[in-house]
Amino acid sequence: MLNRFFERDDSRRRALAVATVVPEPSRCVQCGICSYNCPLGVDVRRHARLGQAISEQACLTCGECVARCPRSVLRFETAAHQR
Amino acid sequence: MTAGYVIVGSGAAGIAAVEILREIDPRAKITLVTADRDGYYSRPGLAYLLTGQLPEKQLFPLTAREYAQLRIETIHDRALAVDADEHRLVLEQHGSIEYERLLLAVGAQANMPALEGIDLEGVVKLDTLSDARRILKLARKSRRAVVIGGGITAIELAEGLAAQGVETHYFLRRERYWPGVLDSQESGLVERRLEREGIRVHHHTEIERITGKRGKVSGVETTSGTQVDCQMVAVAIGIRPRLELARSSGLKIGRGILVDERLRTSAEDVFAAGDAAQVFDTARGEFLLDSLWWPAVEQGKIAGRNMAGHPASYRKPVAMNVTRIGGLTTTLIGAVGGGDMDRDLVSIARGDSEAWRQAPHAFAIEHEHEADRLRLLMEDNTIVGALLMGDQTLSLTLQELILRQVDIGAIRDDLISSQVFPGDLLTSFWRQWQEAGRALES
Repeated sequence: MLNRFFERDDSRRRALAVATVVPEPSRCVQCGICSYNCPLGVDVRRHARLGQAISEQACLTCGECVARCPRSVLRFETAAHQR
Repeated sequence: MTAGYVIVGSGAAGIAAVEILREIDPRAKITLVTADRDGYYSRPGLAYLLTGQLPEKQLFPLTAREYAQLRIETIHDRALAVDADEHRLVLEQHGSIEYERLLLAVGAQANMPALEGIDLEGVVKLDTLSDARRILKLARKSRRAVVIGGGITAIELAEGLAAQGVETHYFLRRERYWPGVLDSQESGLVERRLEREGIRVHHHTEIERITGKRGKVSGVETTSGTQVDCQMVAVAIGIRPRLELARSSGLKIGRGILVDERLRTSAEDVFAAGDAAQVFDTARGEFLLDSLWWPAVEQGKIAGRNMAGHPASYRKPVAMNVTRIGGLTTTLIGAVGGGDMDRDLVSIARGDSEAWRQAPHAFAIEHEHEADRLRLLMEDNTIVGALLMGDQTLSLTLQELILRQVDIGAIRDDLISSQVFPGDLLTSFWRQWQEAGRALES
């Protein structure tokens, strides 16, 4: 039972590691809550303005920006979804 | 170009135009005239400054370096009139300046009700960063506040004041919140959440007059004669485009500055964009007002291209806004309003669109699951509007289905009869629709 839990957690972590934060610029109002809450100081807002995925090495994919954005601008996408 | 481009207004539309002009013409002279000392910041972000989720310095999207790279000559002044024949813009303190092409991106401002006591210190609105600073300053020494109005800004004011520890009373003239856009279930959902945040919602309550002592707000008297002691009154009854400049210049105006699909006003070489502009919608054949960040940016870009001599047309997208109402992320897409009279607003509000109220023949499909709610507005077999509260997974899918006017006839009956939240139904339908499209292309 516990093993299954750990397996699931591990697969989730692997999914996050290969996932990228992708913005939807038309939802964004440039408030900057994302950048403000990034533990590594990535300027997520700038990426949202330019419509660029956050592909920086620095991004931990911790999900803080995704969770804090008040307008659901940001989402995780795995490589398979990106075209 | 010697006289260069002159942009009036440092908001989303003005700066988007500057960015495009600089991109197209690295050597152009670009002058920005703004009466807002704070320049370019996220106006919608002011709500989060009030709740304490953001510090002030975080509101500026461009770094000092990015701003410097735009090489803007900034004049802090108020523009008074356009002399279109002479191609000159008359300023309050700096004489007049010449332009080759001019953009009016002057935005909108809060309507204020004609109430006794409206000029007292303690009556606030939320247009600018300096308004937000004033609210925070007053909140520190206020025990109780009354909020009036509707739409998103009224909620932002109420939540901001409550977050600052002020006992907040929200007065609604009728029986529910934002009846022009939300249905009664949604209004109820929002009101319950506001109350959970400690905001007291009063229905059928209207201010008769604001009372004061030594020039400061001391309370309000309602139309039914109740006295409420308070130190602040926050107003959000809607906004109106700033038209003084266009009016004094003889430009054609309606509810906003009238512009065609290339964002041209009635005067040659004068353009308008953003909240101030009432833009011709080629699909509907009429001029509509929006007060939305993204359309303002898009309009600024299109205006910039046309100013630089690169013809481009603005196609009004499906009106959309995403916002947090009562802590609930809410997406509004397309025509969602049932057309109910909204007596809390005298015009559209910030974050609002006239297009939301245009679904006279639509019927609604509603689904609820815990805190999530979905309302689809249908006309025959297409979705013309959607309101999504809570979980936002379906948001992009709905945006596409509405924008592309996809025929959803195949799942229509299932959508209507579904006993469960139709997330999977819509998602798999959209996926199949996309795959079918790709198969056709290849």
